[in-house]
Amino acid sequence: MNHTRRNFLKFAGLTAAGLCVASAGGVMAAGAGATYKEGAQALKAKRWGMVIDSKKVGTKEAIDVLAKACHDVHNVPNIPGKQNIMWIWAAGFEQAFDQPNNFMDEGLEKRQFPILCNHCTNAPCVRVCPTQATYKRPDGIVAMDYHRCIGCRYCMAGCPFGARSFNFMEPRLHLDVTKLNKDFPTRMRGVVEKCNFCVERLAQGKQPACVEVSNGAVVYGDLSDPNSEIRKILREHYTIRRKPSLGTEPSVYYII
Amino acid sequence: MKLYNGGKIITGLVIFLGIFLAPLAYNAGKAAYSQPKLKMPENEKECIESKEFMRTKHMQLLNDWRDASLRDGTRVYVNSKGKEFEMSLQKTCMKCHTNKAEFCDKCHNDAAVVPYCWDCHIQPEGLKK
Amino acid sequence: MLEKALKGSPKYYMWVGFLLLVILGTSGFYIMQLMEGLTITGMSRDVSWGFYIAQFTYLVGLAASGVMIVLPYYFHHYKKFKDLVIFGEFMAIAAVVMCLGFIVVDIGQPQRMLNVVLFPTPNSILFWDMLVLNGYLILNVLVGWTCLEADRQGLPHPKWSHTLAYVSIIWAFSIHTVTAFLYQGLPGRHYWLTAILAARFLASAFCSGPAILLLVIMLTEKVTTFKANVEGLATLAKIITYAMCVNVFFFLLEVFTAFYSGIPGHTHSIVYLFKGVHGHHELVPFMWTAVVLGLGSLCLLIPPKLRDNMKLLPWSLAILVIATWIDKGLGLLIGGFNPTPFETIAPYWPTGKELMISLMIYATGALVVTILFKIATEVKQEIGASQKPAVE
Repeated sequence: MNHTRRNFLKFAGLTAAGLCVASAGGVMAAGAGATYKEGAQALKAKRWGMVIDSKKVGTKEAIDVLAKACHDVHNVPNIPGKQNIMWIWAAGFEQAFDQPNNFMDEGLEKRQFPILCNHCTNAPCVRVCPTQATYKRPDGIVAMDYHRCIGCRYCMAGCPFGARSFNFMEPRLHLDVTKLNKDFPTRMRGVVEKCNFCVERLAQGKQPACVEVSNGAVVYGDLSDPNSEIRKILREHYTIRRKPSLGTEPSVYYII
Repeated sequence: MKLYNGGKIITGLVIFLGIFLAPLAYNAGKAAYSQPKLKMPENEKECIESKEFMRTKHMQLLNDWRDASLRDGTRVYVNSKGKEFEMSLQKTCMKCHTNKAEFCDKCHNDAAVVPYCWDCHIQPEGLKK
Repeated sequence: MLEKALKGSPKYYMWVGFLLLVILGTSGFYIMQLMEGLTITGMSRDVSWGFYIAQFTYLVGLAASGVMIVLPYYFHHYKKFKDLVIFGEFMAIAAVVMCLGFIVVDIGQPQRMLNVVLFPTPNSILFWDMLVLNGYLILNVLVGWTCLEADRQGLPHPKWSHTLAYVSIIWAFSIHTVTAFLYQGLPGRHYWLTAILAARFLASAFCSGPAILLLVIMLTEKVTTFKANVEGLATLAKIITYAMCVNVFFFLLEVFTAFYSGIPGHTHSIVYLFKGVHGHHELVPFMWTAVVLGLGSLCLLIPPKLRDNMKLLPWSLAILVIATWIDKGLGLLIGGFNPTPFETIAPYWPTGKELMISLMIYATGALVVTILFKIATEVKQEIGASQKPAVE
């Protein structure tokens, strides 16, 4: 009696294990002969980067224009209070840069800087994400898959730039749902989000939304190409990055 | 062989079978299931793949599209006939299937599945306050 | 053996019923959180982890602490711990259950939790924490249950359970080290970015954990026929004392490094916690309470006369637990997130709902402890091990 029960349990266990293994091996679901490829008009780079001329966008009002363009195109809600969501916003010199100076020149002291995800080369958020919901694309963009994010917020603790926001509540409650950009999704409650360097616009051959409305104050381009416009600007101007001592290697440069 | 606690075991089994078979009893005698009538696109006769493929595999397809476009940056789908489509739920699928309620929801409701696509993606009808 | 948990005195039923009621009542708040999101907590964009993760961190310490009994017993054959071993292991089970519970309530999309397993990511410390915590749970269930069953049947413990017990001792160190690594590898969070954090975690775990265990064992003695070996309890109190000394010492090392070097990043969090900055003093009274209680517990634990006084010991342990809880359950998280990356202060305080959900998990842990300790004490009564002398 005991033996048969034991054997039955063994058999049942093996069967269950077998079923698990069998169902785990999924097949790719493309129609026979179908393939994927990159779009012809897509903008490509080895290492996307950004230079912001803080002399040209140095006020809250000027930065709000960039923020509005970005937040409108990405359906970013405007949530009052400390559980807000921001992809790009304005901050003062001491908040943005880890270089306190007791006797700063007046111009710099009053200037505001656009703050956004730095798309770091050694991004701590990519390193800590337990599901690869945040990942690094070959072109240097730190992207997110909101479908996979479990909302553990480890990336928010990991990011030394405060660039990430969490959807504490249903974001659509704070969006004018009649004025959404219908070509881009919203997010759902319980996932983290941040600036995506407009990867969806690059795929269509467009410049990032903030660049488009910046009147040349924000320049976007390939950092790996010595002949690119962005490299030319970096050659000609003194620029700084946020918290370089942490070794994350930000891709966003500021002309001071 | 003697069955210990036979009364209790058999009562338990009967209750279990009763609950287990209740849905069958509930539906007995009702009309057989018929596939819902979907509102098909008016201007487009052919989907990106065959009807059978789309019916059985659209979920895996969307899954693969997501990973391919987000992670690999390959955003164009070339189907078996060589025709190209942007891999986008909102910009490709729903441009033809302009009515989520009359297309997606019909089968999903019948099958009692609630895909979370629309928690983020915006349905073609738009959202209401 | 599980049947032993089903039969008990009216008091036992009342206690279990009370815990179930608490769990049921507070689970309503968790359902609310599931429907509305984590907005019902006090967390914010700047303080993105709060009370839940802090409790998780504290309880990993409790889980690891059983090793302070298991290690002397298995590695040094310290027989006076023989009857305490099972309580250490069962406490670890309850602690890990609570840890996992606090992780689940903290994440924004709990139904996608298995993504951590479906997309294993070895570069994420959270992935390793998931592995070591679940592994530790399995180890303790296997070893604890097998050994208790063997005791009950008067059989020697199987060889493999010894091997697993050795593994679990090393493993216990790993769970708290990995939990510390969650924090100490993050650039820009200066309060956490310190090599001694893992050592501090272990030291604080090895004093606060056994202290809680000892308190629960003393309570168990009150409500059952179980009587622990007095010398064993005294040894455990000694271990707690040493660990608390090391814990305080490690913290003072932090203070020295921060203030002698004078590097703002190192000092800022400590100044915020103990003195307040930019007009924010939210945690100052708590941190100083922790200092006073921590030093007070040492004053009551270091002199052997006071430590061996079994009437005084529960009080000494209780204030030690409060002190270490404030340090790790409040200060660690809030101090880690403040000042924020923008050199500002973002005050955080848990909301009532957040505390209710935490209570749900603590009550679940208490229920697991109750049931497991009930089984263990009943088995000990059955085989007549470590029993109170029969009263006429």
